[in-house]
Amino acid sequence: MSDEALGRVSKGQFVRVATRRGASLRLTVDGDPVEAVEGDSLLAVLMLNGRAVRHLEFGGEPRAGFCLMGACQDCWVWLGDGERVRACTTLVADGITVWTDPRRSGHV
Amino acid sequence: MSKVVIVGGGPAGIRAASVLVEAGLRPVLVDEGRRAGGQGYRAPAPNLDLDMKSLMGTEADKYSRLHALFASMRERIDYHHGTLVWGVHERALHTLADGVARTIPYDALILATGATDRIMPLPGWTLPGVFTLGGAQVILKDQGCLIGNRVVFLGSSPLLFLAALQYRKSGASVAAVVDTTPLSAKLVAMRDLMASPRTLARGVMYRTALRRAGVPLIDGATALGVHGKERVEGVRIKDGRGHERFIHCDAVAYGHGLKPETQLAELAGAHFRFDPVFRLWLPETDTDGRAGPDLYLAGDGATIGGADAAEASGALAAHALLADMGRPSPEPELARLRRQVGRLRRFQRGLARAFAWPVSQAAALPDETIACRCEAVTVGEIRAAIQTPLGPREVNRVKALTRCGMGRCQGRFCGPALQEIVSGACGEPVADVGRLRSQAPVKPIPLHAVSELEQTR
Amino acid sequence: MKTAQVVIVGGGLIGTWSAFFLAKRGFQAILIEKGVVGAQSSGVNFGNLRLQGRYPGQYPLSLRSQAIWEEIGSLIGDSCEFEKTGHLYVATNEAEQEKLEQHARVAEGHGLVIERIDRTGLRRRWPWLGEELQAATYSARDATANPRLVSPAVARAAQRLGVEIVEHACVHRVRKNGDGFTIETDTGLTVNCAAVVNAAGAWALSIAEAFGETAPMFAAGPPQFVTEPIPYRVVPSVQAVSGSVIFRQIPRGNVIFAGYPRTVADPVLNRAPVPPQKTLNGMRNLVRIAPFLKSAQVIRVWSGIEGYLPDMLPVIGESETTPGLFHAFGFCGHGFQVGPGVGAVLADLIVDGRTDTSIAPFSIKRFENDVQVSEKLAHEFDAPASPGRPE
Repeated sequence: MSDEALGRVSKGQFVRVATRRGASLRLTVDGDPVEAVEGDSLLAVLMLNGRAVRHLEFGGEPRAGFCLMGACQDCWVWLGDGERVRACTTLVADGITVWTDPRRSGHV
Repeated sequence: MSKVVIVGGGPAGIRAASVLVEAGLRPVLVDEGRRAGGQGYRAPAPNLDLDMKSLMGTEADKYSRLHALFASMRERIDYHHGTLVWGVHERALHTLADGVARTIPYDALILATGATDRIMPLPGWTLPGVFTLGGAQVILKDQGCLIGNRVVFLGSSPLLFLAALQYRKSGASVAAVVDTTPLSAKLVAMRDLMASPRTLARGVMYRTALRRAGVPLIDGATALGVHGKERVEGVRIKDGRGHERFIHCDAVAYGHGLKPETQLAELAGAHFRFDPVFRLWLPETDTDGRAGPDLYLAGDGATIGGADAAEASGALAAHALLADMGRPSPEPELARLRRQVGRLRRFQRGLARAFAWPVSQAAALPDETIACRCEAVTVGEIRAAIQTPLGPREVNRVKALTRCGMGRCQGRFCGPALQEIVSGACGEPVADVGRLRSQAPVKPIPLHAVSELEQTR
Repeated sequence: MKTAQVVIVGGGLIGTWSAFFLAKRGFQAILIEKGVVGAQSSGVNFGNLRLQGRYPGQYPLSLRSQAIWEEIGSLIGDSCEFEKTGHLYVATNEAEQEKLEQHARVAEGHGLVIERIDRTGLRRRWPWLGEELQAATYSARDATANPRLVSPAVARAAQRLGVEIVEHACVHRVRKNGDGFTIETDTGLTVNCAAVVNAAGAWALSIAEAFGETAPMFAAGPPQFVTEPIPYRVVPSVQAVSGSVIFRQIPRGNVIFAGYPRTVADPVLNRAPVPPQKTLNGMRNLVRIAPFLKSAQVIRVWSGIEGYLPDMLPVIGESETTPGLFHAFGFCGHGFQVGPGVGAVLADLIVDGRTDTSIAPFSIKRFENDVQVSEKLAHEFDAPASPGRPE
């Protein structure tokens, strides 16, 4: 069965199958505007809208997290204020700026 | 009054807390999660329309009961949620919450730290779209998300079937459930599996439901690799009859059962022994969970037993602690709990045989396979280090020389595989090559976490 | 029963370099290590090859050693991540600045080139440095290497030159036998030899004491911390002259940092745990000097067991009681830089009976009288560091 036949085409890796009620939030990821809903984890938002969370420091291969429960430490991203967060255990806040490449964040 | 601290807000931690509350204590419960429930009984994020009753199936009542129990005692405990315990030293926990480091001293400590997936590396396992089996369930319960549209459930674990069914119910296309242990192993393990006929029946039911739904179930397969360029495009396996097959998919839920999170137990002074059935180093405890002076371990963080055993062992640990404080013990209740925990853990030992850790996969891994995803260390680099003159034959030395296990996750995910790879390359039994030692911080902490040295009362 | 010209006890940096240089000079040596090569302080130290701020009497040895480090790739066939990173010594006030000046004058007296940098210069060249830094001295010849890799690599090079390396054998008896010595291990190995190098680190006293001499050595561990990899930016190693913190970044991106006071270590149980409060202190001190690191995550800590002496100087040289016995231990946390030089000096002493490199200040004889207790002892260690044998 194709994705279309299932009636869901996701822009990213993840597919949301439950309705999320709540305030809508806006954030930017690597400069692009992205929409989210209150209660969304940053990793869910990144993976609903794309296929990688970051690129590995060594060799640059794409990574999308792995354990999804704060243990494997593979989904760290940078926020606009220079803060480092683990995407899978961080809730999205309205207006945040997310950088998946530290060099673009301008903080290091 | 002595200060009792529990770490972990899953079934074991919650039940331990409830026993202490009933005894008139006010325990501190430190939970890394934002909401109580742990991983298995994780509650959905607020405002998410997720039918947990349907998702939890036969476990729905237990799920509701545990959350109700927590709600009923919420005001009678000091609950620190979203709080990482990153170190234990001289009867104090070192915590981090919202970027602030604090110290919580304790007189007695119950660790109920749960488990994570045990993973054997596989060519392509670091591709986006490959997630742990436990993670695939957590993201569904927590965020109402599937890890992909068309998912292969791969590895060896009874949870493969449960998770595949949950995904199927939620509308995913399940491309296949691929179990790397043959059915014959299940028969051999039957004696231990009969320790919990109800759980066994549930497992059989999951399989039947999946088969009826037309999901291919492949037993006794060898996992050869996950394929794709920058994303998962399929999984290559050798099936039980030795035929190579390629299964198209866009996501893989991968796991080989669970591995206790024992880092804090080690820092708190627990001793470890190698368990040949689980092929893991486990903390030593008595039947009730005593692991050292004023140190108690419960739940999957002590040894894998599943959610029911976690609850019962949490209660046992709390009773043991009360008894050590000189309080009277409810002997008949203790006897019942011990029987229950014993039975369920025996069942899990049966499962460890029925869903085996794929030791032969470690030996067959191509050299270029990544073993340590944090530091991008390959299996070949590990083998080469061992084969060098004066090369290491113990995992911590291998780590020192190759960086395998040195990264952000501190060897949580590569550790068990590293033991097998080193054992294979040295020709030594796996019990003789050691285990990666834990150090604080057990998870990363930011440099700006300023210690308030605040002694929580 | 084996025979060798020299038995080296201890497979750390000192032991392996001694083995290497003895073999280079044609001597047949056996190195005996109780565990595995390079696992203790030789393998877990900070990795700094610092020339600035050394004890004045150590410069001849240090400079000889640095020259060896600078050739390590061609000498042993492995560069062990040796990098001439330079070393920046920083001060936050006038008193510290004066200390820097004193250090600089000593170093210059030995031919080192020391650059003095004022506040403006610091801002311009290393704009990520913290506001409170007033001045610094910079030595371009200072370097770093990866301590985890060095001892095993030197041991392999020595092995290729014919040295026999015996691991997992603990020397439990050394006795005089005619003109030479007999060494026995707990694994049943017996070796007769003409000379013994006592390079057993924090465990070296028992050999010295078997021959009627001792030193007030105690064990401690330098706590060290490392961050996750972040983009490479910090080239030199940076050290606060106050001792509060030292850090460096490796090209992979990890920032390694350490600071005083050192922590207690247990050479009997073989443990040097790092108390979490040390980690927090180190983190606070690092952010003060390098605020741009504030969001980087600490991922790992470690320590090792080192031998210290109250005057913060090592014991190097021939025994006062027993010709043919050579001590080299108690490096007080600065053995990494001098390690190759000490190995070369010991080879001189054993092969030629003398060395051109001054090692007079390091004789074990100095402990026959009251030695001067270093001011460092007060602020570089936890608890009252109790000179005396670790129990």
